[in-house]
Amino acid sequence: MKLIFEKTVPGRRAVQTGPGDVPTMNVRSSLLRERAAELPELSELDVVRHFTELSRRNFGVDSNFYPLGSCTMKYNPKVAEHIASYPGFAQLHPLLPQLRMGGMLTQGALQVLYEIDLLLREITGMAGFTMQPLAGAHGELTGMMIMAAYHKDKGNKKTTVLIPDSAHGTNPASAAIAGYDVVSIPSNENGVMDIEAVRRHLNDEVAGLMLTCPNTLGLFNPHVKEICDLIHSVDGLAYYDGANLNAIVGKARPGDFGFDIVHLNLHKTFATPHGGGGPGAGPVGVREELVPYLPVSVVVKRSDGTYTLEYDHPKSIGYIAPFYGNFAVVLKAYVYILMLGKEGLRRVAENAVLNANYVKEKLKSHYRIAFDRPCKHECIFSISDQMAQNGIRATDVAKALIDRGFHPPTVYFPTVVHEAIMIEPTETESKETLDSFIDAMIEIAEQAGSEPEKLRSAPRTAPVCRPNETAAAKDLNIAYL
Amino acid sequence: MPFISNTLEQQDQMLAEIGLTKEDLFADIPAGLLYEDFKLPQGLSEQRVRDSLAELAEKNSTHLTCFLGGGFYDHFTPAAVHSIISRSEFYTAYTPYQPELSQGILQAIYEYQSALCRLTEMEVANASLYDGGTALYEAMMMAHRITGRNKIIIDDSVNPIYRVMIHSYTRNLRIEFEESQCKDGLADRDRILERIDDKTSAVILQNPNFFGCIDDFSDIAAAAHDKGALLIVSCYPISLGILKTPGAMGADIVTGEGQSLGLPLSFGGPYLGLMAARKQYVRKMPGRIVGETTDASGQRAYVLTLQAREQHIRRDKATSNICSNEALCALTALVYLSLLGKEGLKETAQLCADKASYAYKRLTAIPGVQPHFRGRWFFNEFVLDLPCEAADVIAKLIERGFAAGFPLSRYYSGMENSILISVTEKRTKHEIGMLAEALESVL
Repeated sequence: MKLIFEKTVPGRRAVQTGPGDVPTMNVRSSLLRERAAELPELSELDVVRHFTELSRRNFGVDSNFYPLGSCTMKYNPKVAEHIASYPGFAQLHPLLPQLRMGGMLTQGALQVLYEIDLLLREITGMAGFTMQPLAGAHGELTGMMIMAAYHKDKGNKKTTVLIPDSAHGTNPASAAIAGYDVVSIPSNENGVMDIEAVRRHLNDEVAGLMLTCPNTLGLFNPHVKEICDLIHSVDGLAYYDGANLNAIVGKARPGDFGFDIVHLNLHKTFATPHGGGGPGAGPVGVREELVPYLPVSVVVKRSDGTYTLEYDHPKSIGYIAPFYGNFAVVLKAYVYILMLGKEGLRRVAENAVLNANYVKEKLKSHYRIAFDRPCKHECIFSISDQMAQNGIRATDVAKALIDRGFHPPTVYFPTVVHEAIMIEPTETESKETLDSFIDAMIEIAEQAGSEPEKLRSAPRTAPVCRPNETAAAKDLNIAYL
Repeated sequence: MPFISNTLEQQDQMLAEIGLTKEDLFADIPAGLLYEDFKLPQGLSEQRVRDSLAELAEKNSTHLTCFLGGGFYDHFTPAAVHSIISRSEFYTAYTPYQPELSQGILQAIYEYQSALCRLTEMEVANASLYDGGTALYEAMMMAHRITGRNKIIIDDSVNPIYRVMIHSYTRNLRIEFEESQCKDGLADRDRILERIDDKTSAVILQNPNFFGCIDDFSDIAAAAHDKGALLIVSCYPISLGILKTPGAMGADIVTGEGQSLGLPLSFGGPYLGLMAARKQYVRKMPGRIVGETTDASGQRAYVLTLQAREQHIRRDKATSNICSNEALCALTALVYLSLLGKEGLKETAQLCADKASYAYKRLTAIPGVQPHFRGRWFFNEFVLDLPCEAADVIAKLIERGFAAGFPLSRYYSGMENSILISVTEKRTKHEIGMLAEALESVL
């Protein structure tokens, strides 16, 4: 397909600007660009057709089943998009509250921020939240900065953060960027962080722990509370990576497990769209003692029932986003929580876990299951048997699923499982959808034995087939100039 | 309404088929850690939620005629932008890990990277970062990786919101800041050039700067390069419709806030962090990058590339912890730039300058209102000195239906009477006239 720049017809226009109802201003020519930027010259119809064609070459949750493990690709309710486009929200200038009495001009938006804070506290068992982190990884960094501020304040000399080997790569990267050395803790034979290994690595240098629970293997660590207690015994802080909260939302709370800092991925558990890779939102919650360290500004409710922003929190880690976070994303999550309510959230976890176990049980006689016990929101298989017998790899299974109309699961992660394939169905998918996916997976397992070469040449139905990633990195072409 | 497809009967049937009970599903969580007493409200119908959120939206004042900018602008967006980005194949997808099913967003990001390079006259761009502030922080860390040096010279005419963000992020890092005060609205050459030394990692400047003044940093770029330091320029993309580009000035890394490219103000986000750079630094760049390649049959195809820089491969040694970009916002910017096109962007930028210039003339004709900087070229923002406290005047003008500007005393001492006024192409001659009348009447 042609690039939009290759479709240019000189002189063609899509937009008429203006009105130009004032005299022209001639800025000194040395301050001007020499040539106009070579942007496309197209009609509105050309542009609409180009992007419609691109959208046909893309696959979303609305297209079909998208069981991408660890990403919680659940259905994104349309009502949330609708509400976020209300002019009262979409056209609201973020600097208004910084004007004198300006907070009164944004009472509706401040109320949304205030109320979702209260709801997330109750959902997680934390004492206070900031909505500012602009993504999950940004929440992790914010959490690590809070951890660092806490230790600095107490005069603690701490240098390391413990992270299990099954963690998302963002965990060690966030800890490192906040200035910590990372100690990787191995998983035990049950697939969870080994409490004995934690004990072995525990010393006064440990600033804290980052843990995803249930972890990326879809397993809940039964010793999670004891692990948090151990960390506290050296005045460390326990950080809960909320990437997998969907498995326990409405059923259990990280605060009750002993965690001190929590980040949530609103684009996962709280159903805001992933947008092709963002925007997301990664609010961070903390227990009481850490509330003073949260970023500013902070939304508060005054005794007269109005809302305002506070900036003067001397212990705060400061400003991590320009304003109040990805407000429109936070708003969509707020809408979702209001619609689900207590009962709905509990059913989310129950059905997410049921759907994952259903897929696991139905497939475990066809693929090697990594850990054969009830899982939480996702299940992990290894393609190692098919690889040993027919040289079929996880990527071949993934590509074969494309030809059967499904988005593939996550592959090659977590790295602790050989040729991993990680399936997260989410609660919104129906039994019929799961059954057709299961049938496709079984058919692929059979084809791995009978016609392995067919799997290796999949997909046949997609616009492209197995782009050469090595060549892309070697002969770098990242802009059409 | 939890948007769960399966009926209770189906759920029971599934449990029976796999030989588990409801309790089995959560038996791995120690009993003491399960919680039942959530104090959460009951779920609501769509109608109830829409009514109550419409009520909250009403409590926000979006009817004010907007002369408020400060890096975040009320520009016109063609309806086709929203229509295109509302296609759910785009917005309900995730990061394009499976290129065969993601050629749409991958090609769009490649086109976005290309458009950003063309706009800034730089050689490479990434797939976007969170916002203009985090982009500037990432650029600073990138310069640190490239030069191995710790000293940053930053001008105080760089958006103060970004400066406080950068300070927050670097509290635990060994980065040394020297802040340079701008002189008469422009970067102070004498002081900046004298401070650049062999410990300097980068000079950070903004064009147009926070006060709206336009500059050409070519001399500072040359001086920085002489000492092995980099020049980082934070830009306002709409202004590049007409203004000299950071690339032409010799900038090494360019960042910016992409909100003005078709994104709604939405009370602060989601926005779009722009980042472009010279090609030699591409492997030190943070964030996702899309590259062109060919597929098994030799067709043109797009993939995420240079992933060896990133957290999911390099973990604690990655160039950044960033995972997602702001893909949908990058798509929005691309669609906006494609619709405006070569001439449209130029005209829009010129209209901004025209209308700001007209507003400047109308407002400085009011007795007691003076320009803060004299003889400076500005793009679509300028600073006026009022005969009394600016914050007070702004509050009075709100009552008359105007978000008249930003009180600079909030970030700059000694500027109690100064107001920053922004004029986009959306403002009409009539609205500018009304603002002038209202301002005159409250002084």
